[in-house]
Amino acid sequence: MTSPKTIRQLEKTALQLRFDLLEMIGVGKAGHLGGSSSLAEIVAALYFHKMRFDPRNVKDPNRDRFILSKGHAVLIQYAALTELGVIPREELKKVKTLKGVLQGHPDMAVTPGIEAVTGSLGQGLSIGLGMALAFRLDGRPSRVFAVMGDGELSEGQLWEAAMAAAQFKVDNLVGILDRNRVQATGPTKEIFDIPNLAEKWTAFGWQVIAIDGHDVKQILEALDAAETIKGKPTIIIADTVKGKDFSFAEHNAAFHNGILTEDLLRQGLADLERRRDALAHNPAGD
Amino acid sequence: MAQHQNMREAYGLALVALGKKNRDVVVLEADLGKSTRSVLFKEAFPDRFFEMGIAEQNMTSTAAGLALAGKMPFCHSFAVFASGRAYDQLRNSICIPNLKVRVCGSSSGLSDFGDGKTHQCVEDMTIMRALPNMTVLCPMDSEETARMVAALEDWDGPAYIRINRNDLPLLYPEKGTYRIGQVTRMREGKDAVVFACGIMVSLALEAAEHLASQGVAVRVVNVSTIKPLDQAAIIGETAGMKAIVTAEEHTVIGGLGSAVVEALRAVAHAPVEFVGIRDQFGISALNYPEIMVHFELTAAKIEQTLKAILPR
Repeated sequence: MTSPKTIRQLEKTALQLRFDLLEMIGVGKAGHLGGSSSLAEIVAALYFHKMRFDPRNVKDPNRDRFILSKGHAVLIQYAALTELGVIPREELKKVKTLKGVLQGHPDMAVTPGIEAVTGSLGQGLSIGLGMALAFRLDGRPSRVFAVMGDGELSEGQLWEAAMAAAQFKVDNLVGILDRNRVQATGPTKEIFDIPNLAEKWTAFGWQVIAIDGHDVKQILEALDAAETIKGKPTIIIADTVKGKDFSFAEHNAAFHNGILTEDLLRQGLADLERRRDALAHNPAGD
Repeated sequence: MAQHQNMREAYGLALVALGKKNRDVVVLEADLGKSTRSVLFKEAFPDRFFEMGIAEQNMTSTAAGLALAGKMPFCHSFAVFASGRAYDQLRNSICIPNLKVRVCGSSSGLSDFGDGKTHQCVEDMTIMRALPNMTVLCPMDSEETARMVAALEDWDGPAYIRINRNDLPLLYPEKGTYRIGQVTRMREGKDAVVFACGIMVSLALEAAEHLASQGVAVRVVNVSTIKPLDQAAIIGETAGMKAIVTAEEHTVIGGLGSAVVEALRAVAHAPVEFVGIRDQFGISALNYPEIMVHFELTAAKIEQTLKAILPR
């Protein structure tokens, strides 16, 4: 059991990651706020609690790997790596500029802490599978967490990877589906609906765990449960809100990759301050 | 008549030899192992062989993951699928991060003569050459294939190796050394030079032999590393030549011929002409010689092409 104190701490970390998103996007620059924000609690739980990851030794061969298949949400990973001290804070404002090391999509060649090149959608689960197979061959304890989007699930390669992971019975690979129900141009229900997701993954040979992706306690329990499942891969289907905690961006496809005005930035900061107050005043863990 | 040997068999045996030497070598296959001969590796090292099914995209990105975790993966399929179907995976998950993944494009060119357009691949060198970081290899015979596979152990970054499915004449000099990037003079000649790769090296040698009887001395150069191309060596081989011909079992758009002309672009040089496939897909044929004649990939065509640009 994770203590209420730990859970509250991770909630606060998620809030800080959302503040970092605003710092990166700033005014007048496009940024994938929606799909980054929907991942804040999941990323906080992984990087600040669950993963075997030493920020002072990011090349440790026995570390766990975080693969962001939905690479456009990389701002949330930059936020986590910055809070851990892997990425220098001054890089945040230089994101997506020629002067910085933070590319528009994950690029391990230039950004410390990034584990792969992703962003051409549908490839991250396969990359994670390759890592998981290598770790098994070498007898390493490392586990792989591959984060996908629900819009991304229309990429056929993900289903190729799903079949292969089950075929090879890898249990050191955990898929995490950020089901925020909004893709680039609108609600997934209207753009490209993929019904019965839990049944599909089950049929593909995966263990499915469904959770509220903003509930830190549920996230941690799911990650712990995934570790106990042997002989097959696990997918955590996390129901989330695109643009979570930003009043103007929640459920709103316009902020899949929107530009913030000064007013919107002010609004976003006010939204997060309100959230901070709520976390400070409500008792933890109940 | 030179002895003939099967190139893909030589490839498979070389892969096993490398696997014996280096435990990090792993092999991925897309259900064509009996044809690509990766099956030999499967028999020798079943734990390091991954049958990925008929899913080239997943295979390619899985190889990226294996490389990121310290392995040296070799991916296999027919050239058309290895380079085309998985192009985006090669580009994004492998070439951008410059990973040490090796891609075997088997049954390349027209060598799968019966299967026709969908399975023959005459554009793989063009698309692989366009990818930053990608090395592009096209061996001329079994011996060179074996040496290339061995040399890939210590070669950085991604590499694509083009394998012919048929028995090809053995040409590699018995005592020849090999390194990736090498440009090899196969026959001396002072009048003209033919740059060739793959099966076209043997046909160029045949053409040179025939031309010699007519008093024309033709140098034949094997260019088996299409990229990175040793441009200085290419320029050097053309010095004093009165005509330059390139020969490839591949489209003339973007392959060996293009690479040679790119190398020569800034120096004065003799007229150049290409022998290759003219912006066309393949076609089904009864046998390999028949399809090569159909697309004018012959010693006679090399000879005729050379004569046409050789000053009288």
